[in-house]
Amino acid sequence: MKPAHLHFFVDPSRCIGCQACVQACSECDTHRGESMIHLEYVDRASSVQTVPVVCMHCEQPTCAEVCPADAIKRTADGVVQSARKPRCIACGNCVQACPFGVPEVYEDRKLMMKCDMCYDRTSVGKKPMCATVCPSQALFYGTAEEIARLRPMSAPTNRFQFGQQTITTRVFVMAPKQFVQIAKNVDVTASLEPQRGADPFEHVEI
Amino acid sequence: MATIPVDERRINERFGPHLSAMTGERLSTSVEPEKLVKTHCCFCGQQCGIQLKVRDNQVIGFEPWEEFPFNRGMLCPKGVKRYLQGSHPDRLLTALRRDPSAPNGFSAMPYAEAVGRVASEISRLQSAHGPGSVGVLGGASLTTEKTYLLGKFARVCLKTPFIDYNGRLCMVSAGAANKKAFGIDRVTNPWADMIGTSVIWVAGSNVAECSPITTNYLWQAREQGAKIIIQDPRLTPIARTCDLFLPVKPGRDAALFAGVLQIMIEHHWIDQRFIDAHTVGFDAVAAYCRDWTIEKTAEVTGVPRRSIEHAAEMWAKAPTGFLLHARGIEHHSNGVQNVLGSINLVLATGRLGRPHCGYGTIVGQANGQGGREHGQKCDQLPGLRDISNPEHRKYISGVWGIDERELPGPGVDAYEMFRKIDAGEIKGLVAICFNPKVSLPDNHFVTRCLEKLEFFVAIDFFLNDTARHADIVLPGSLHEEDEGVVTQVEGRVIKVNKAVECPGEARQDWKIIQDIARALDRSKGFTFTEPREIFEELRVASKGGIADYSGVTYEKVEREMGVFWPCYAEDPKTGAPIADHPGTPRLFEPGSYNPIAKGAGPFYFPDGRARFNVADHRVPADDVSEEYPTFLTTGRVVSQFLSGTQTRRIGPLVNQYPEPRLELHPKLAEKLGIVDRDWTVTETRRGTITLRAMVVNTIRPDTVFIPYHWAGKKSANQLTVAAQDPISKIPQYKVCACRVKKADGPPAYAAELEPQQ
Repeated sequence: MKPAHLHFFVDPSRCIGCQACVQACSECDTHRGESMIHLEYVDRASSVQTVPVVCMHCEQPTCAEVCPADAIKRTADGVVQSARKPRCIACGNCVQACPFGVPEVYEDRKLMMKCDMCYDRTSVGKKPMCATVCPSQALFYGTAEEIARLRPMSAPTNRFQFGQQTITTRVFVMAPKQFVQIAKNVDVTASLEPQRGADPFEHVEI
Repeated sequence: MATIPVDERRINERFGPHLSAMTGERLSTSVEPEKLVKTHCCFCGQQCGIQLKVRDNQVIGFEPWEEFPFNRGMLCPKGVKRYLQGSHPDRLLTALRRDPSAPNGFSAMPYAEAVGRVASEISRLQSAHGPGSVGVLGGASLTTEKTYLLGKFARVCLKTPFIDYNGRLCMVSAGAANKKAFGIDRVTNPWADMIGTSVIWVAGSNVAECSPITTNYLWQAREQGAKIIIQDPRLTPIARTCDLFLPVKPGRDAALFAGVLQIMIEHHWIDQRFIDAHTVGFDAVAAYCRDWTIEKTAEVTGVPRRSIEHAAEMWAKAPTGFLLHARGIEHHSNGVQNVLGSINLVLATGRLGRPHCGYGTIVGQANGQGGREHGQKCDQLPGLRDISNPEHRKYISGVWGIDERELPGPGVDAYEMFRKIDAGEIKGLVAICFNPKVSLPDNHFVTRCLEKLEFFVAIDFFLNDTARHADIVLPGSLHEEDEGVVTQVEGRVIKVNKAVECPGEARQDWKIIQDIARALDRSKGFTFTEPREIFEELRVASKGGIADYSGVTYEKVEREMGVFWPCYAEDPKTGAPIADHPGTPRLFEPGSYNPIAKGAGPFYFPDGRARFNVADHRVPADDVSEEYPTFLTTGRVVSQFLSGTQTRRIGPLVNQYPEPRLELHPKLAEKLGIVDRDWTVTETRRGTITLRAMVVNTIRPDTVFIPYHWAGKKSANQLTVAAQDPISKIPQYKVCACRVKKADGPPAYAAELEPQQ
């Protein structure tokens, strides 16, 4: 059982794109050799910003709701597991439906696998591998009090708006404090509009 | 005879670099380790604590070591996958001899015979041409015990002055400047002191990729109110969220520091009381800075005027501050001046010797600090002693049991050693932990020098690119196959522990060095039976020196998870024995005593005062011109390390960033008709390289960047210039002039070589 007072926090503003999380995830004892984390540049041409994507562990997981085989289970402590082997038919419905783009179907074994918040570690009180190694602590695992103390400029949020769908997750995303105070949730669709930052070297002539 | 014995592609077939992968017990989800060994990462100067999972004399994985205070479990991708360097298909399991008739250029030979051949060749050269005809190259990834032994081996066994190390490419500008300004060469504070500071200035350090764990310290400091200033020609990941970005033109750092100090002086944003009480030389510096008006500084550095003003105010008006720098300002023919300029900014604010107030260089290599303290540097003896100082010579000769007159004088820097090889003065070379064919600038010259050697022996665990020129290769030890201490970035001595035994005929490097001494029939002083014995002698040898380790023991290092030097066995003031000196986490505290100042003040000079030094801006060698209009700068990527001998053999790290790419700004790309992923040719006065383009607006439009971890046709150092700092002798890797064009097509290597080769 994952201790209820420990939570997972993602702070993309801290991500340095080093892929320590991706590399460490593939060391996990439940899926060695495969990483369940996606880490992408938002737009490398214009920024070094990267975003690590772990499973957000939804309160009502869309992946489980659309699964025709009822293969995706959420444990009592709120962790959404990879698909169960005997049930999964590798149809990929979950891959299509997940608003965060997390699950992947592994064709060689006909199975959907995804981040299970290192259940083998977190269920015995350890930290997930990725959040342990993350050198910038963009991935953080700990108590609400710790994150409040360590990140006074930001606040956790776990409500996300995708068009008409509102999703509440077990994993929190850190956002600027003022934003979290005024917004009920993070409007993900609106934030997908392309935004290109200013060129930091605009002034340099060649 | 040191030419490459056969076509390099045939050497590749046998010796790689091939990629290791997670297979067998390293892929199994059910195999339990027999033990977990607490040790450290083998790569950079952060020296993160890590636990290695061991089974059947194989490292099969890792477990974070969350108790180790510096990194508390954090690791970068190199640390995570470091274990895959062991049990590697390319691992050297026997001694090798150069053999052009062998299909892959080398034949295995019995270890004892190989050592015998090394000894007879060294004897032959030295009796014909004198002791100085043989040189030694070391490295800062070795444990401190090995670096100490290597220095002693060169001076006592080979009696040659010619020893230097790959720290010459790394920390020497910082070291020289630190000694000039503070009289001691070490970071002033533990990193934990950053949390709570008001401002941090990072000059020329791609922290997120080169020292990733430091990122968390910087950003935690920022969460708690620190403003972050980043000075770099590239907008690196650490710069993305900084408070002020100073996009300095390559090679103009000293000018920027002078301009900023001038603004501080004009506005009286300096700590005059500290300057008067604790420093000398300010007036000369102030006089020099007077010329550096804001207009001139902006013009020379390429940093907008308002940013320079903003930097001066943000830096100077803060109650507490930290300044960090790395190779970005140090890898210059003006490297020492650049570092001195940054130190002047620190001294002018008086922010030293207190919590949240510090200064330091972020070392690059594992033992970047310890490896430069105990005598593998050409001008140095153990304990940061000076080989030209009669008292220092006398003390160390006493420890080594030799007549002081037998102790050679100073040698020359590593690059100069190659010039001596070129001139025929050095004819034999013993190299360990150094891959100059990849890592030295203008490496076509280095190759020509290697080919001139009459005899070359390399000690390594893989056949690195330089070792391909060797007559004899002796199979050394991986990091996890030996124990010893290392001094990491903060000046904290930590302990590397053995996890597995050496495979095959391979053995610990210190044994190999002693075996050569024995075969030369000069084994006196080289009969240590374990690293602990070497360390005990090193404690004595360092005693009374500035880097005093006399109070450090293996037990204390393990118990306290690191000890900061100086750590005394005897009180430097009274000479009374100290049972358990706590070490010195923070330097220059008010009232602190050191053996040089003897109570006169906190700095390591007889008057106890720090030195301001005029830090002169000089235009780089091989600056841009009409013919070569673009700056070339070089550096690292997060998934690779140094010349790639280890990391180009670790599959998951190679996959993360397989091959070097040329980074250039869209403005420059457009002008040259280049789009992302196009093949491009970059040319300097020394060489050309063909790489794919990476078009990004995170680099100055007048500058291109190439990472330096690859060999041969992919080596950035085919292009770099061998200009060196006149004081530190560091090469100018961070700037030279180049021209870039679109390539006609892919290079020949694209079809012949794997990405890591």
